[in-house]
Amino acid sequence: MSKMFLYVLKRVLLGLLAIFIIITVTFFVMHAVPGGPFLSEKAVTPAVTAALEAKYGLDKPLGEQYLTYLKDIILHFDFGPSLKNRGRDVIDIMTDGFKVSAKLGGTAAICAIFGGLTLGSIAAIFRNKFIDRIIMIITTAFVAMPSFIIGTLFLMFFCVKLGWFPANGDAAGGTILPVITLMLYPMSYITRLTRSSMLDVLGQDYVRTARAKGVGNMGVIFKHALKNACLPVVTYAGPMLAFIVTGSLVVEQIFAVPGIGRRFVSSIINRDYTMIMGTTIFLAVLIIVMTLLCDIIYKLVDPRIDFDK
Amino acid sequence: MEDNNKKMNRFGSFRPFSLQLNTDAFLKASDDEKAQQDRMRPSTTFFRDGVKRFSKNWVAMTSLVIIVIITLSAIFIPMFWPYTYDNMSGVAQGQVVDSSYNNLAPFEYGATELAKIEAGEKVFPHVFGTDSHGRDYFIRVVYGTRVSLAVGFFASIIVLIIGMFYGAVSGYFGGKVDLIMMRFVDIIYSLPDMLVIILLSVVLKQILPDLIAGTPLETIGSNVISMFIVFGLLYWVSMSRLVRGQILSLREQEFVLAARSIGASGKHIITKHLLPNCVSVIFISTALQIPNAIFTESYLSFLGLGVSAPMPSLGSLASDALSGIYSYSHRLIIPAVVICLIVLSLNLLGDGLRDAFDPKLKN
Repeated sequence: MSKMFLYVLKRVLLGLLAIFIIITVTFFVMHAVPGGPFLSEKAVTPAVTAALEAKYGLDKPLGEQYLTYLKDIILHFDFGPSLKNRGRDVIDIMTDGFKVSAKLGGTAAICAIFGGLTLGSIAAIFRNKFIDRIIMIITTAFVAMPSFIIGTLFLMFFCVKLGWFPANGDAAGGTILPVITLMLYPMSYITRLTRSSMLDVLGQDYVRTARAKGVGNMGVIFKHALKNACLPVVTYAGPMLAFIVTGSLVVEQIFAVPGIGRRFVSSIINRDYTMIMGTTIFLAVLIIVMTLLCDIIYKLVDPRIDFDK
Repeated sequence: MEDNNKKMNRFGSFRPFSLQLNTDAFLKASDDEKAQQDRMRPSTTFFRDGVKRFSKNWVAMTSLVIIVIITLSAIFIPMFWPYTYDNMSGVAQGQVVDSSYNNLAPFEYGATELAKIEAGEKVFPHVFGTDSHGRDYFIRVVYGTRVSLAVGFFASIIVLIIGMFYGAVSGYFGGKVDLIMMRFVDIIYSLPDMLVIILLSVVLKQILPDLIAGTPLETIGSNVISMFIVFGLLYWVSMSRLVRGQILSLREQEFVLAARSIGASGKHIITKHLLPNCVSVIFISTALQIPNAIFTESYLSFLGLGVSAPMPSLGSLASDALSGIYSYSHRLIIPAVVICLIVLSLNLLGDGLRDAFDPKLKN
């Protein structure tokens, strides 16, 4: 028990350190960029720029700005006002975007897990048969396709050529294609994971015992094998989330979904400092925390795991 | 052995404590017995064995052929192709002369070219048509492939070098050195890589051009270099973990002890004994790293953070094609197919190499 506690403690400390590093790196890296956020605006006199910088505290020494920023985030959960969208706080824009993105990403993740487990089990049951071959060929192809390629091709065929779905992610039914685009890669990956772990499990003694007792094929797979075959999938949950978050950056761009990913990309283009920092930190913390949870859950679920590693 | 036993039997029963020598055992070998020592075929080395296994794997062989074809055409086609990637056909000395060159469909000709054909001149066809600036699209795709492949290859080499030496040092010295070095790896590992990559490429895109102005690096282009820096900073961690694990298990073996006992230095043992023994593992994971790097490069270029115009990359070609998706869909499909083909073949090639040279890695 103490070993497990030490492991969890170590992982939590590492996670906190990673979050701290992300905040620090983002802050200083953003300020290393020459040209402030107000340069791109038309006909701004130096006096106005100076006034704007003073208003947002950009004229203070960098170290002071950093400490203020850190304090605001930790104590008040305040990411400051957006520099481009006047009068709106970064946190408000992010919550608005996140609501949309979470729905999209969550649906994609759930579909990917269920689809992947089903397809993987089917492939394992019909090993080396026709169905297995087809599933493996398709998943191999999808693993090699970047999500922006899948997304643009979908947009071209289903929205432009066939006109089945609206190209605007805001419209009714517009989220179907983005969800499919996001889920294809993780689903293929989970299918392959499930297939190999299912094959491994099906060859073990306890499965043979179950068969010898007279348990039917379906019973063996659903009651005995699937539970253990799921374990590697749990480890993939963290990376999958990271993939969905980064994938949503382009997918939201392609399908014009007003989510947090599109905000992130547009803030980079607009060089909206506070917005870039806010979204980076937010997404990074999301990924780090979820990965941490998945790893801990994995170790708890599987008693065979060695905590020294 | 059976022969010997029979000879023993000729002297009566077998007597273990007899001092009497079996003289038959000292007879010269007959020709038959000598023939047993002959090598029927040359002994195979580890490498040749792997090559044999690899060449039997037709999926991997096909991927290898595809990769070789794509690589060779990316290198050689620009040498003799009459168009260049940044040559706008309808523009002369900065003036638009003939706008009919823009947005040509495959195998169509611009007005000036049609006039030339009328006059009996031969004009090289625009195989994939032209883009919205009148640039030959085929050569842009070829050039984009070249950029993507080069970034993938060199980024993996950088990852390989950093990861290999970091992992080797950490694994060889062990103890406290290992603990500190590996905690550092853990921290980098827990950072969300894609976000950091995007952030860094935004910044490097702004800073680098000033830094490298005037140096030979400028010819490569600041975007490509920033891509290398980003890869070098982030992706070496998994390689170093892999190498460390290998070194940790190798380090306990007798030949390392033997080398150390005759006074070999740490550096000598790492470079001459330990690293050569991890070569197959390192080689395979580098091969699997290349498609990853191409993936990331095209992703960044798609977001507009990769190589900068007019230099094309497969990702930026796809992203440029998005605006003309209604009328010129072939401009999207071509780079998309090329990216998928490259990544798929490299993945399958890497899997084939792994199966052939290191079956242990399979799980």
